[in-house]
Amino acid sequence: MADAVIVVVLLLVGATATTAVAVRDPARQALVLSVLGVVLAVLFTVLQAPDVGLSQLAVGSALTPLLLLLTVRKVRRRARGKGRQE
Amino acid sequence: MSRRVRLWLVAVGGGALAALLVAACLDLPAFGGARHPYGDRAVREALARHTANTVASVNFDQRAFDTLGEMTILFAAVLGCVVLLRQTRDEHRARPEPEPVALPVRRYALVVLPVALLTGLYVVAHGQLSPGGGFQGGVVAATSLHLLYLGADYRALERIRPVGLYEVGDALAVSAYLVTGIAGLIGGSAFLANTLLPYGTFNTLSSGGTVPLLNAAIGMEVACAVVVLLARFLDQAVEIEEEGK
Repeated sequence: MADAVIVVVLLLVGATATTAVAVRDPARQALVLSVLGVVLAVLFTVLQAPDVGLSQLAVGSALTPLLLLLTVRKVRRRARGKGRQE
Repeated sequence: MSRRVRLWLVAVGGGALAALLVAACLDLPAFGGARHPYGDRAVREALARHTANTVASVNFDQRAFDTLGEMTILFAAVLGCVVLLRQTRDEHRARPEPEPVALPVRRYALVVLPVALLTGLYVVAHGQLSPGGGFQGGVVAATSLHLLYLGADYRALERIRPVGLYEVGDALAVSAYLVTGIAGLIGGSAFLANTLLPYGTFNTLSSGGTVPLLNAAIGMEVACAVVVLLARFLDQAVEIEEEGK
């Protein structure tokens, strides 16, 4: 039973990670990364490492996507400003 | 170096690394086995020092020096971000306009914020007892504050988040970790040795000797570091503009 759960979660991780690579728009990529963070947290919890799972949940699904989104916003704003200038 | 030579170098290096990794994996113990020599020893040591969460015991007692290194990495990384993302001479600050927030988003953010903040503080406080600890709880508490940016606006966030105070808090927490380590050196046996304080009653908040202290220092350091880091990113994304627009 436990093995089946591990296999399912591993497949989910593989699918989400592949999606994160396949999606090319950085803003959407950040959202997929957030989902990947949750799935990885589930994987770590299933593998009996709840401490690592919590870290992954906090950093992978909240902090990293937030930093990415803020960076995308800055870059887009700069591009828009340049467009106005020309 | 021509393109061909570079490709060859990558192929040889990558191939050798892959071969070594496969060779190493063949010698690993089987997945999910019953024999855990390191785990057994770590659990024994953790129980001897009345620390209920063995991972906290490994992080803040058995390998407290490694944690010092990790804390220093985070501190240096945030310091680097602060320096890189500062306001340069050809940039100016523009007051961000308050933006309309959809009512469900506002309600959700304002309901979840206190719950998330409390969860973060709980995870920090119970690091030595249950899964979690200073790092996890610190990140949760720090990111929960930023729900205010989603639910209200940037100015509301700035009001409850004086960045200067958090920078001081970050440095103080790092010093607290070092001072606890030096106290172990002076009063006990070695740097960061957990021999100074009584180990207390098993599975209570004050158990584990210096583990709760170091855990709290890490919690404060991580929370302050994440707030400062996000503040710099938010500054760049929302406030700072280049001149000439």
